[in-house]
Amino acid sequence: MFQNIGELLVLFWRTLRSLSMAWRHRQKVFDQLFEIGNASLLMACILSLFIGGVIALQTGPVLAERGLSSAIGGLVGISVCKELAPVMMSILIAGRIGSAMAAEIGSMRVYQEIDALRTMNINPIHYLVLPRLVAISSALPVLVVFAVLVGWMGGATVSVFNDDINVSFQAFFSNLREIVDLGDVVNGLFKSFVFAVIIGIVSCHQGLQTIGGPRGIGRSVTKAVVNSIVLILILDYFLTRFLMYFD
Amino acid sequence: MTAPTEHGVSVSVKNLRKSFGREPVLKGLSFEVERGEIFVVMGPSGCGKTVLLKHMIGLETPDEGEILIDGESIQTAEVMDKYRMAMVFQSGALLNSLTVGENVGLYLSEHRLKPPDEISRVVREKLELVGLKGQEDRYPSDLSGGMKKRVAIARALVIEPQLILYDEPTSELDPLMAVVIGEEIFELNRRIQVTSVVVSHDRDLAFGVADRLAIMSEGEILMVGTPDEVRKSSNPTIHDFLNADFKETRTRERKPA
Repeated sequence: MFQNIGELLVLFWRTLRSLSMAWRHRQKVFDQLFEIGNASLLMACILSLFIGGVIALQTGPVLAERGLSSAIGGLVGISVCKELAPVMMSILIAGRIGSAMAAEIGSMRVYQEIDALRTMNINPIHYLVLPRLVAISSALPVLVVFAVLVGWMGGATVSVFNDDINVSFQAFFSNLREIVDLGDVVNGLFKSFVFAVIIGIVSCHQGLQTIGGPRGIGRSVTKAVVNSIVLILILDYFLTRFLMYFD
Repeated sequence: MTAPTEHGVSVSVKNLRKSFGREPVLKGLSFEVERGEIFVVMGPSGCGKTVLLKHMIGLETPDEGEILIDGESIQTAEVMDKYRMAMVFQSGALLNSLTVGENVGLYLSEHRLKPPDEISRVVREKLELVGLKGQEDRYPSDLSGGMKKRVAIARALVIEPQLILYDEPTSELDPLMAVVIGEEIFELNRRIQVTSVVVSHDRDLAFGVADRLAIMSEGEILMVGTPDEVRKSSNPTIHDFLNADFKETRTRERKPA
């Protein structure tokens, strides 16, 4: 495990050092951005619509029983933007994009394409890892912005149409504006940025470490997704704790 | 820094040793490849030929020993950058997500050595050279094994290499295509005087193109010599390898059609 962490840090450091070359690889970054957006935007919106909805559904009636139904906007707003949207979107992206990254790089490794790059003096970190890392760390926060907005809409819709809650749109968003400020949204975006870096580095690392044939690729994909999710959930606690100092 | 010479380089392999785990794969190999010659390393599958080739292009680092190119050790990055080397992989190792044209022009585009128009021209020229005119827009998955190998050769040629390494260039090919690839290797060597190291277990290819041959077995070099010298070798392992054939009796016992 410690060897893996060490390798991850080395890969991250090497990628960071080559960041100045990102502009040179902009076409690959755009390709990856398109891939991520195209594959995930609709799914992200659907997922967050229902996440917002279910939060409202679970908490709304309890608040209403105690005469606190007007507080539902703030509750849904805070929980979606600070916690649920960044974490759930990161898990979605780990599953959809992290797995694709590990599989693509893994198959390139197995079928000697990475060796071929090296014989042409093309650094695989610049060619493969850098564009993916830049793309995922730019795309995930943008997806989270969409997820937050749609999540709020989902919460509001359930709050308005559920008879046990019965809060108007205006009341929902008025309370949301009162409780949620820009700092809360930035807090969630910062988390999603860190999670994106984790997904990118873990997935590329697993891809580059692939050995064996199709079974090896499958193993790498599984490891990439599982390790990313585990790291995201563990780091989420510490990041939340850290970000509390700035509240 | 790029090497000033237009033509091939000399290669010197000195006491090269490599083990994977406890298993020694290369057991102290030493031989010399002269400037501009076609040097074939022949031996049975699994004897360490590909590992040797990977050492020669810097994909593996030796446990012991060294490889010198024009007298300079390739262990340093500066020397690797100084000489233009290319390798044609057994599978071709084309990037499947790129078209044939993009694969061939990858070295030039990634290192920004030429403008896009010029790259397209070079790609067309190199593909024509290997008999694949007009195939730029196809993907590797649409190509046959022989075509992939020729694209890989075209991709190697774009580098204008001083040393070109071929890993089993005729494996998985039908006899006709194997001859075409063999001719290609020979023609290229004579046309651009590139030093060529070919690793193969294909006897026809080896004796057809080699200026000199090394016979390898179980991680050791058994003999280095001209094709004639190798043919006349009295070493029983070499003799067995060169003369292995189906038994006559097996042919006679076949079921009648």
